[in-house]
Order: sequence, then structure tokens, then C-alpha cells
Amino acid sequence: MILKGRVWKFGDNIDTDAIIPARYLNTSDPAELAKHVMEDADRDFPSKVKAGDLIVADANFGCGSSREHAPIAIKAAGVQAVVAKSFARIFYRNAFNIGLPIFESDEASGKIQEGDQIEIDADRGVIRNVSRSEEYAAKPIPPFMQELISAGGLIEWTRRRLKAS
Amino acid sequence: MTITEKILASRCGKKEVSPGELINAKVDIVLANDITAPIAITEFKKIGAKGVFDKDRIALIPDHFAPQKDIKAAEQCRMLRDFSREYELGLYFEVGRMGVEHALLPEQGIVVPGDLVIGADSHTCTYGGLGAFATGVGSTDVASAMATGECWFKVPESMKFIYYGKLNKWVGGKDLILHTIGDIGVDGALYRAMEFTGETISSLPMYARLTMCNMAIEAGGKNGIIAPDKITEQYVKGRAKREYKFYSSDKDAAYVRTIEYDCSKIPLTVSCPHLPSNTKPAAGLSSITIDQVVVGSCTNGRIEDLREAAEIIKGKKVNPNVRMIVIPATQQIYLDAVKEGLAEIFVNAGAVFSTPTCGPCLGGHMGILAKGERALATTNRNFVGRMGHPESEVYLSNPAVAAATAIMGRIAVPEEVI
Repeated sequence: MILKGRVWKFGDNIDTDAIIPARYLNTSDPAELAKHVMEDADRDFPSKVKAGDLIVADANFGCGSSREHAPIAIKAAGVQAVVAKSFARIFYRNAFNIGLPIFESDEASGKIQEGDQIEIDADRGVIRNVSRSEEYAAKPIPPFMQELISAGGLIEWTRRRLKAS
Repeated sequence: MTITEKILASRCGKKEVSPGELINAKVDIVLANDITAPIAITEFKKIGAKGVFDKDRIALIPDHFAPQKDIKAAEQCRMLRDFSREYELGLYFEVGRMGVEHALLPEQGIVVPGDLVIGADSHTCTYGGLGAFATGVGSTDVASAMATGECWFKVPESMKFIYYGKLNKWVGGKDLILHTIGDIGVDGALYRAMEFTGETISSLPMYARLTMCNMAIEAGGKNGIIAPDKITEQYVKGRAKREYKFYSSDKDAAYVRTIEYDCSKIPLTVSCPHLPSNTKPAAGLSSITIDQVVVGSCTNGRIEDLREAAEIIKGKKVNPNVRMIVIPATQQIYLDAVKEGLAEIFVNAGAVFSTPTCGPCLGGHMGILAKGERALATTNRNFVGRMGHPESEVYLSNPAVAAATAIMGRIAVPEEVI
């Protein structure tokens, strides 16, 4: 799988209240949530972001609440993947569980700038910066998480498991 | 092994587990609230399971936007009620019987020492105060666990925190945990277990232990945990609805890092906007004026927290420039506060005394901030826009500092008002 697109850049500790403020959590409709994605980090983001774009951030992306609405809002806004130095652990779980591709890479996070065009080879874990002709390695995805991805998320993985038992 | 590793091992049928290992473990309690359960319920139905794994082990608690704050919130709460009826869940708590989930479950003896608990709420880590392994997960995790009674985990590395020395007057569990987060940062314990130990913890009452473990997530921690002891035994005796087990870390347990704190040097502490790790001594913040004070939440909404605030505000008035909102975390705490005369103290002082809800903590309802307004709260997060307008501010403190601040109209320490 190759994920190709334009980058929006964010800093350290982008929390779940910035990704989707709690004032919009009286619904879990993905399209509604997408209208407010990253609003408290960048007010214009919901109108600027286009389907196929990518988010690159610094450390501890998605810290704070357990709300799955956060990766859902990002995915529903058309963002293909998130690259960060590190992810807060519940966000990390949620992203794999719902099928939002995420990649950890210090180098990519440090060197990629807003507006860069990048290509992520998800299978090889390689992030190519087309704008700067550079390549960065992402941390390998643990085998169990790969199993979740290839099943299409945790729900499908669980469904198959229950069916088999 | 550490206490965390022992509990995880016991739930996946292994003698031993080690950090980094991926396991599938049996859960004792699965929890979700009115924000997270609707997604869990929708996803659960996609699994096609014949039923839930155990109707008496799934707790659904409408507490965030409840009592139902608007039509959409009411629809979400109704999903919990309908699902609970359909599957005859034994742990559904209707408004009037509910409380802030992490105050309610320990109080009712539903979570007990040695449990493995997952909740679709990041502050699920609170139950570590009882000596349980408890961690926040997502709605999809809850959906899967409702069907199977299991959840996947990566066994975390453990960090050991040793607290020694005598606590200063009015300094409590909240100050210890804010100080710790200030020291290690909001990702200082990322993916790790935070084990709180030492002589100061051994004499720390249960409510303060729950406060400390509650905020482990604010340092990125997977769980916070305190080995159960006599104080734990006293707390759970007469409450526990199930058998419980005390686990403790082996003497040769491995820790990735050990940090010691001399508690006699820890002052009354406040987290300044916009991160819990941005801590400063409360005494140095007297120039910060405050528009709203909130005492409550899963962090500091227990009866002892209310007593602490009441002791300071008794016979005094909330500053004319301040709205003070006091929210007991459960119906039982509400009733106790009424019986003990605490409700009267707060109302006479000019404060709001509210029914249990998470409400303002997450900017939901019952005390939202306007543009430019500033709050001091006993809650757990002060991110941008957390309590309302993106240009409002939240400071975090313990209940005594909150009460002193409400009187002075600026950040204040108890000594200034008593």
C-alpha cells in the first residue's frame, strides 16, 4: 500500500481536545466530526484539508482522552495517515482498531515541512519526501498490529475469531 | 515481576509475562460512558456475537453529558439504556443513581483489588489506587471485549516512584501527582505502568490514592498502581461485591526507571495552561485572577475533597467576581455532603451545588467558559479549549487551593484565607 499526498504539519502534544473538541461529542457521526477536525489546533483546518492529505506531527500525538472520535474525525476528513515522533497509547490503539494508518518516525517528523509531498510505502515502512528527495524509515509495525490491519480492524478480527471458535 | 505484570499474567493464564509481550487477557469489568458507549454499541452489533460475555461485568454509565444536556446527548444516553435493557445488563446506572464513573465503581465495590479493568475513558486508570490493573481503551476495544470478555495488551514496562517524607499542610495526592507530571512531562511515562510506592504512599488515604492513579494518563501512563495494604483492606471491606486479591511487586522486580521524591519539599502545586505538566507552586501565582472555580470530577469529587474545600470556605463568601461550582461525584457523596452540612456551607458561601456529572471538566455543560475567561479547577486537564472557548484558560489544583481561590478571586493558598 502506497499512501501519497500533501502534508499538514503539527507540533508536540496535539491532544484529543484539539483533534476533536468535546463540545462536538454529542454525536459520533463521522461526517459531522470531520467538520471540526483539528479545529482547536488550527481553526481553518477543516476547510483547508482535502481528501488524500496527510498529517505529520511531533511527539505524543493524540494525548488525553480515549475518545475514538479523534481518529474517526481524522479519517473521515479524508486524511490518509498520520506520521509522528510518537503517539499517545490510547490513540495508538484506536488508530489500529479503526484502520487509520499511523507511522512513528523521528526523522520524518523532524524533516518534513508543511506542504511537502510525501509517499509512504506502508508495507516497507519507508516514508519518501518527494519535495525534498529524502527517505526516512518508520518504526516497524508489530506483527499483531499487522494482523489487525489485514483483517480490516479489530471488529472484523474479533468477528472472525468468534466464528472460528 | 511487578504488580502490573502479575495481574496481567494471571489474566492470560501464564506464570510470567514480560514487558513488550503482546497478550490477550480476560477482563473483570468493561466500562463505557455516554460519549464512548454509543460507538461501542454500534461496533458490537457488527461483530454478530450471540450475546455479551457476562451481563454483570459490563458497566454503562451516562455521566459526561448527563443529566442529558441536549437532544443529541439524550439520544446517545438512550442508546446506553436501550442496550442495557436488551442485554439485561446489571451495571447500568440511570441518572439519579449514577455518578462520575471512576468515583462510582470503587465506591460501590464493583471494581476490587486485583481486577483487570478496561474502560472507554482515559481516566479508567483511577482504579490502580485499589491495586487493580486498569487502563483506558477505545470504544472498539470495548465492543470487542463486550463480546469476548478479552482484550489485547502490550505488557508495559514499569516505572517506580518512591515518595518519602512528611506532606506539608494542605498538600495531598493531587499535588503529588501534579508535581510528578511536572517533573517527567506529559509523555514521561508513555506506554508505561506508573507504580507509586514509599512511606508517604503507605499512609496516604484511599481517596488520595485514587486521585494519583487517576492522573497517570496525564503523564502518558498506561496505568497507575499502588500495592494494596491495610488502608485498601479497610476501604474495600463491606463494599466489595466480589472476591478480591492483593498483588504486590517482587523485591527483584525490574523497573525501567526509579524516581524518588522528598514530599516535604513538594508545595501546593498548580498546573498552568495548557498542559498538566506546566506546574508551578500555587503561592507564586497570586497575580492570576479567576472567573470560575470548579470542585469535582473523577479526580477530586469525593467526599474528602468536598470536606477539604468546605473547611476553607465555611462562613466565608465566594468572591463577587467568581462563579464557584461544586459537583459531588456520586449520589452517595451528594447525600453525605447534604447530611454533613457541606452543601449548606457551599450554598451559603454563594456557590453552586450540582448533581453529579462530568459536565464542565470536558467543556460539556454545567459551567462552560466564555472567550478570555479563566478557571481554576480540581479536574485533570487544561488543554486548549478544554472547559469551553478555545481562548479560555484552565488551571488545575487541589480542592483546598480551589476554595481559597474562590474566596480571593485570584489564585490563593489556604493560609491566606484562614
